Formats: sequence, structure tokens, C-alpha cells
Amino acid sequence: MTTKATKHPTKPEKPTPQAKPRGLTAAEMGDRQREISVSEFFTKNRHLLGFDSPRKALLTCVKEAVDNALDACEEAGILPEVVVRVEVAGEPPLPPASQATRFRVTIVDYGPGIVRQHIPRIFAKLLYGSKFHRLRMSRGQQGIGISAAGMYGQLTTGKPVQITSRTGENAPTHYFEVQIDTKKNEPRILEKKEIEWERHRGTQVTIELEGRYQKGRASIDEYIELTSIANPHVQLTYHTPEGETKVYPRTFHQLPEPPREIKPHPYGIEFGVLLKMLHDTKSHWLSGCLSTDFSRVSPRVAGEICQTAGLNTHAKPRNIMGQDAEKLYKAIQATKIMAPPTNCISPIGEKAILHGLYKQIKGDFYTAVTRPPAVYRGNPFVIEAGLAFGTGKGEAVDSAHKAMPLAEGEHKEAEAELARVIRYANRVPLLYQQSACATFKSVLDTTWRNYGVSQSRGALPAGPMVIFVHMASVWVPFTSESKEAIADYDEIRKEITLALRECGRRLSVFLRRRERAEVEHRRRNIFDLYIEEVAQACKRLKGGKISVEALRKQLHETAMKRTGGEETDEILDKGQPEGLPHSIIVTPEGPEGEVPEMGVASPPEAAPQAAVPEPPKEQEPEKKPKLKKKPKLRKKRAPVKKARKNRKR
Amino acid sequence: MARIKTRKSGSVEKRLIGLADLVIQAAQRKRDPTIQIPVRSLSNVKFNEKRGIIEMGPNRQARSFFNVGMAKKFMQTLLVADALAELQRAELTTSLREIYYRTKHTIKGSHENTFDTQDESDPVIEDLEVALEALREELHVRAENAGTVVGPLVVVDDGDRVDCSRLGKGGYSVPSIVEPEDVQIKKCTADFVLLVEKGTQWNRLAEDRFWKKYNCVLLTGNGQPPRGVRRLARRLHDEKRLPVYVLVDNDPWGYYIYSVVKQGSINLAFESERMAIPDAKFVGLSSSDPEAYGLPRNVGIKLSDKDISRAKELLNYRWFQKKEWQGEIKRMLSIGLKFELDALANKDFQFLTKQYLPKKLKDRDWLD
Repeated sequence: MTTKATKHPTKPEKPTPQAKPRGLTAAEMGDRQREISVSEFFTKNRHLLGFDSPRKALLTCVKEAVDNALDACEEAGILPEVVVRVEVAGEPPLPPASQATRFRVTIVDYGPGIVRQHIPRIFAKLLYGSKFHRLRMSRGQQGIGISAAGMYGQLTTGKPVQITSRTGENAPTHYFEVQIDTKKNEPRILEKKEIEWERHRGTQVTIELEGRYQKGRASIDEYIELTSIANPHVQLTYHTPEGETKVYPRTFHQLPEPPREIKPHPYGIEFGVLLKMLHDTKSHWLSGCLSTDFSRVSPRVAGEICQTAGLNTHAKPRNIMGQDAEKLYKAIQATKIMAPPTNCISPIGEKAILHGLYKQIKGDFYTAVTRPPAVYRGNPFVIEAGLAFGTGKGEAVDSAHKAMPLAEGEHKEAEAELARVIRYANRVPLLYQQSACATFKSVLDTTWRNYGVSQSRGALPAGPMVIFVHMASVWVPFTSESKEAIADYDEIRKEITLALRECGRRLSVFLRRRERAEVEHRRRNIFDLYIEEVAQACKRLKGGKISVEALRKQLHETAMKRTGGEETDEILDKGQPEGLPHSIIVTPEGPEGEVPEMGVASPPEAAPQAAVPEPPKEQEPEKKPKLKKKPKLRKKRAPVKKARKNRKR
Repeated sequence: MARIKTRKSGSVEKRLIGLADLVIQAAQRKRDPTIQIPVRSLSNVKFNEKRGIIEMGPNRQARSFFNVGMAKKFMQTLLVADALAELQRAELTTSLREIYYRTKHTIKGSHENTFDTQDESDPVIEDLEVALEALREELHVRAENAGTVVGPLVVVDDGDRVDCSRLGKGGYSVPSIVEPEDVQIKKCTADFVLLVEKGTQWNRLAEDRFWKKYNCVLLTGNGQPPRGVRRLARRLHDEKRLPVYVLVDNDPWGYYIYSVVKQGSINLAFESERMAIPDAKFVGLSSSDPEAYGLPRNVGIKLSDKDISRAKELLNYRWFQKKEWQGEIKRMLSIGLKFELDALANKDFQFLTKQYLPKKLKDRDWLD
């Protein structure tokens, strides 16, 4: 990643009066050429890494550290447990969090720890990492993130990154303070010692940096909440700068299937990469190179390719260049090769998505879809979509607000409420550049009206709805290094659309079923409601000379007769989620479907496995106290909260 | 709320109470309480060519309680009926908006309001007007005093003598109820009535004392004339045999205002009987006037799509079928412009008073 600067000399020299009034000689210009270290480059271009504004910088810092912690735990086969602490830093008296400009971010995990000699370089050398050179699904990709966060902290506060790590009970705990030497892109160790640590295993990173803490959209709070939705197997604790502690309990007790590393698939390869692979291969024969360095190329297929290209199967790979290489490249594209293996991807899974959504979002209906793997540019990927719909009337809502009568024009706000889209790539929430993202575009392009949800032209569907989209891939095509939006490939768009449609279909089944039951119910209800008004009006009109009681009773009887009497109650007796795979329906009696057990630290096998509806476990009295945690967490669908309360139901 | 004189209103109150009886009887027989309401739309009006007025047709719409779509409306109808009966008993008059507030409350045991906006209660009042065949005045509901009159006219309003020739430039504000019991026309020496669409032109004419010079009663309704203004014009026409001339903008809405004065409105067709003035004449602005009076094209306004479609609707109305009227509207469409009365000021501030109207009246240049 070292670039030769030909256009931008790093240090402009002051113009000196010379014999030649303008222009430099080639030799003079040549003197100015010099290497730029990657750290220098990113110091100047920190927006590329997501450090463009103080607010975003703080979020990116937390995000990079948490992503690393989760990746490490999962790779080591440990159920992740992460503590995030964001504090106001600087000289006392400390300003309130909303006013502060300097923060200390600490992330602790109970992961595998890091061996001593790697610590400095992992945290203080850009482009140092384990994930770049392999094709395997992980959150991080390049090995820039955490060291860039440290560099940003160093740049804005001058403070080093503090790392504490221990690899096991019998290993010593190492404490480091490191800085990055931006000229050389090498770590500079300021402090190095062995300390006592109460943890047996894990890593703790502390970075002090300039930033701004703000709640709402694209905030740390949202990032943590969304992370917890897509990673229900993670136990997250978040200490906010305002001194609050939020706990996001683990609701899914299985580690995701560890993704395998794969070799590149020939379809996705670019010409230059092919040349490089031919050059670097350990095989002596062309056919051997093809069949060992690529996935899904058997010796037979390799032979086929060589034949199509008109090359000898025993040709030396290193000697293939120029025209021959081009022929080979074309032959590869022309040969039918099996799609790449998909065990390199570990999707979240329908059940886990359901658990995540159910835990974090208040609703009446939840569903999740995991698409079969597909391929873009030779990279396998999986699209997952989820949907939470409704206001969650199973929950007791703030009654003080609901009882307030509506003034003129007030009810209209709730109708304007639009769905919220939450986007993920390899389980990492994407918070910025929503409209540039392929997922968002696919949500807009889906005709939600077909599924009983209203939608204006070119807008998000309207309604109390959260739409979840996740792309898992060995290589997620982002539009920029700061990983904010997924690039728009046809294959990806198609998969997202298919997943969303499936969610939509299930939603419409649910809505129709609920509608049917409600129509009768509502009919009786509105009559009952209005009977009182009509009877009172009649009484006043008659000057109080009638029996309201009798009139009310007669009208009520007529209402019963006309709306199907007792039978309605049976129809009403809620539809089971049959015909709705991977869905949860919440009724006033409790949730049905693949309902996760909340807040119970049970072993993996106790987690609900079957797709069959289970009895609503939440009814059990001894679990009630645990449930109390839920409303607090769930309340955080902040942008729509107010409108939600005004909804009539 | 203003206190008004006792009127023979017993029957209106009885009719309102009749609605309660209807509900009670239906309930006793386990039937669906249903109110028959005449339909107030173009489909249910017919133009009586002989009398030259729009009359209401026979179509009725049943509003029943045990129908999901109508239950709320039915409930609202009874609430409004109750409020109106209260007015009758207390002998008070009130406005549409006050009725809305009087009847608005949250339905017991829910978060639903009886009425969410005034748009829901206004049509209910109109429904009751037609269903009970009671005039709005008889229901003690008044509109704003949106009209003004000036001229050689003396009326007695609530016992006060008002000489409309001695009220300066401001004139007398026409109350919404001008029935003979409330307002008596004592004396009127005018030769005709001029009903102007806009207040601006009415002010111009009043300021220039046009009414004195041409001996007329000057009326305006500030746009679509309210009932009081129409009723006053009609009474001057009936009782004093005065011809009525209408001066409106040259656009589809101006034409329609004229037709409402002349034949009555579609929405309140049942009131044409009392309001319409079939002999009213249209003095301007005609689509031929810009050319005849040399108004430059640049003071016109391009017809919008809405204007054009409205004009085409007018062309289909039975009461616009006269040859001259078809020609008038089609001319406007072919020119593609509309002209406001205000545009006459382009020639001269007093062009309307000094030249336009005198010439029009002298030449008897109007449409029937």
C-alpha cells in the first residue's frame, strides 16, 4: 500500500528566485520524489477510515475495537462477552457528556488474548492483520481499523493506546502503551510491563481521543443496540458516558458456525491477480496450479480449461504470460465451473435473527429469512433479511400518554411514520450513507403495497416496522474504506430483493389473518362504543324522559345479533403462526412461535430448537423479574417512540 | 351566542326530537335505526327550466347505525341533533365552529374523539338541514357576516333602523340571517342591485359613490356570496322588483358564482327556492371584455389545468346550455386566459366606475 507520489510532493518548497523564472528541471523534480508511508497517507485522509467528524470518530473507535473483540472470540470458539466503557476524559471539572470534546474509550473482552510480541504491531501499525490475506468471512478485513483509531487518538490528544492482555490463567498479563510512528508506520513502545489482572484471559484496549457524544441516529448507543440484534450470542455491557449501564443479554447460546477459509474462485478473479497467482504458485504444472490454488477446479476441469485455452497442461505456470495468459483467462470464463463452496460464510441464521429482533425491538410480528448462498464476482455471499412489525401491544405501554385525548390534527403524525432499515455486513451494523447502500435501495424497490403496507412512490414503506438486512460474504464490496454502504451489484440486489419479498409475503399473511379476526371484533367494539353516545344523545333529546339502560340493552342485543354473536370470539382467538416459518407473533396473551427465552443463562441445548410453536414461556411466574429488564432496553427505538405513543389502537 | 327573538320554532325542535324517537323505536323492534338523508350531489339535482332554478332530486341515502362504515356518522348525527335541540330550547344562535366544539369529546372507554375536525361536523349539519327540511337559520346556526351592503336602502335590524346610504364607505354588514322576522326592508329607492364578487371592487365603487350616481344597492359577498347576501338580494328582487346584476372575475369560478346566485347551488339545492334569482344578469367580466375594452394580454393569467377542467364541467351543466353561455365559456378556453376584475386597474384606477360599468349598463351588455 505504499504509493509513489508523483503529483503531490509532500513538502512544498518555498519558491526561490532562479534564472529560469518558472518550471523545474527533471532532476530537481526527481529529487522531490519520495515514499509516503501508509500512516502518513491516512493521517491526512482520515475521512477514508471514518474519522471525518468528532462524532463519527468516537463511534468508529468503539466500532473497530468491538469488531476486533468479537472476531477474536469467535475465531477462538469462545462465546463473546464484551464490555464497552465510554467516559469523558480531560482535566476536572469534567463537562457533561453532551458538551465534552475528549473521551476515553475502553473495550474489554474475555477472548483469547494476544501473544506479547504481536501486541504493539496489532495496535500501532496500519495494515497489520490476520484477515486480509485469506478468503474467509470476518468483520474486519484490512487490519487498519484499530490502529487507525489509536492513531487518531494520538493525533488529537497525544495519548498512547493502552493495552492489557492475557492469554490464559497460567500466562502473565502484559500491559503496553504504544504509539504509532507515522513516518515509518511502525509501533513505538512507551511502556511495557507485566501486571496483575483479575481476568484469566482477554484483552482490554483504552484509547483517548477527541470526539463528540450524541444520542440518536448513528450514535454509539444505536451501534451497540444493532450489534446486539445481529449478534444475539454476544453478551454486551455498555457504560455510557452519562453514567448509565446498559446490559444486552445473550439470548442465543450457540456460537455461529466457524467460517472456513477458501481459495479464490476462478470466476471472480481479475486478470492481474491471475498473473500474480501463476507467478507465485508452488505447482510446477499449469493444471496443478489451477486445481490446487483455486476452489472448485478439479483436475478434469483444469484439463478442460487448458484445452480451451490451447495450452499444455504441463506448461510451467511461470512461463505463461502475454497472449497465453489472456487466452487462459478467457478460457476460464468460458468453462463451466461449480459455484464456490459456501462453508466460508457463516450466516446469522433465521433463529438467531429472530431472537435478536425479538429481544431488542418491540413488535407484534417478527420473521427472518436466510437466502441460499449466491456468488458475485466469484465471491460467495449470503443475504439475510428480517422484519419486525407492530407496536407490541403484548407489552404494557406507558399508559399516561395513551390516555390523553387527541387534539385536532394530532393523530396524523403517527401515520407518517416510516419504516426503519437496519443494515449489516458480516454482522457489523452499517450506520452511515444509508441511501447509497444496495440494501436500502432494495428496500425502496420492493413493492410493499403488495404485502398490505402502504408506501409512497420512491419512499420507505410506512408503518411501525423495522427491516433488517444482512450481507455475509468473504469479501463485502463496500463503497469506501470506512465500510458504510454496500456496493450495488446486480447479484446482490437480486438476492436482497428475494429475501425482502419473502419477509413481505409472511408479513402479509400475518396482517391478513389479524385483519380478518379484527374486523368482526372492531365491528362489535365500535357499536358498543357508539351505543353509549347514541343512547345519551337520545336521552338528552327526549329531555331525560327515557330509560337509557333499556335503550342501551336493546341496541346491544341488536349489535350482537348482527355481528355474529359469540362466534366472533372464536374467530378472534388469534391465528397460530402456522404457515409462517421462522416467525414470532405477539398477541395480548403472549408471544407464539420461535420465542427465545429471555435473560436466562441456560446451556445451549435449552435454547428453543424446533420450529413448532411453543407454549408461551413468558407466562411462567418465576421468569417475570428477569423480563423486567426488557422494557428498558426495548424503549430505545427512539426516533419513532413519540409517534408510536400517539397511535390509536 | 346571540339571543334572538322567539320564533315559531316548535316544529324544528320536534323534528330533531323525532330522530331520537326513530332510534328508540328501531331499538325496541330490534331493527337497525336508519335516517334517510337526501343526496347532496350533482347526481341528485335537476334543473327546472321553467322556473330557472336548481331543485333537489328524490334520491335519498340511508344512514344506518349497524353498518361499520356509517356507525360513526350516525352517532355524530345524533350528537349534532342534540346540540341543535339545545339551541332551540335555549333560543340561541351559534356558529358551525361552536357546534363542532360543543359536540366534541372523547368517547367513553376509548381514545377516540367524537369529531376530529370541523370537516366532520359541518356536513352533518348540512345533512340535518336537508333531512329535516329545516333551513340553517331555523336551526339557529349562522355563518359569519361576510357580506356588505351600501346604497339607498333602509332596513330595520333587531329594531334598529339602519340607513345604508349613511354608512360612509364601510357599509352595513349583512347578517347571515335576513329573514323578514329579523330584518325588515323599510325603504328602498334604488333602481337595481349590483352584486360584486370581490371586496376590492366593492370598495372602489363605494368610495367613488357609484351607488349614488347610478342609484343602486351595492352588495358584495367576498367571494362565493354567503346565504345572507343571496337572501337579501333575492328579497330586494322580490319585494322591490329590482333587477340584479352580477359582477365577477372572468374565470370558471366567477361563472359558477353567478350561476349560484341565479339558479342556486348544487350542495344546497333545497334552498334555491328561497335564494335563487333566476332573473339575475351577468354584467362581467366577460371573456369578450378584454378585447372590447382594450385590456392587454399581459394582464391576463394563464388558465391552469384545474381551471380548464372546471370550465369543461360548467359546459356540461344544464343551466349553462344557452348558446351565449357556451360561446362565452368556449371563448375563454380558446383564449386560454382568465382575467381578474382587478386587472381593469391597468387602464385606470377608476376605469371600473367611470367607464366600464357605465358603458355596460348603458349598452345593456350582459348575459342572461
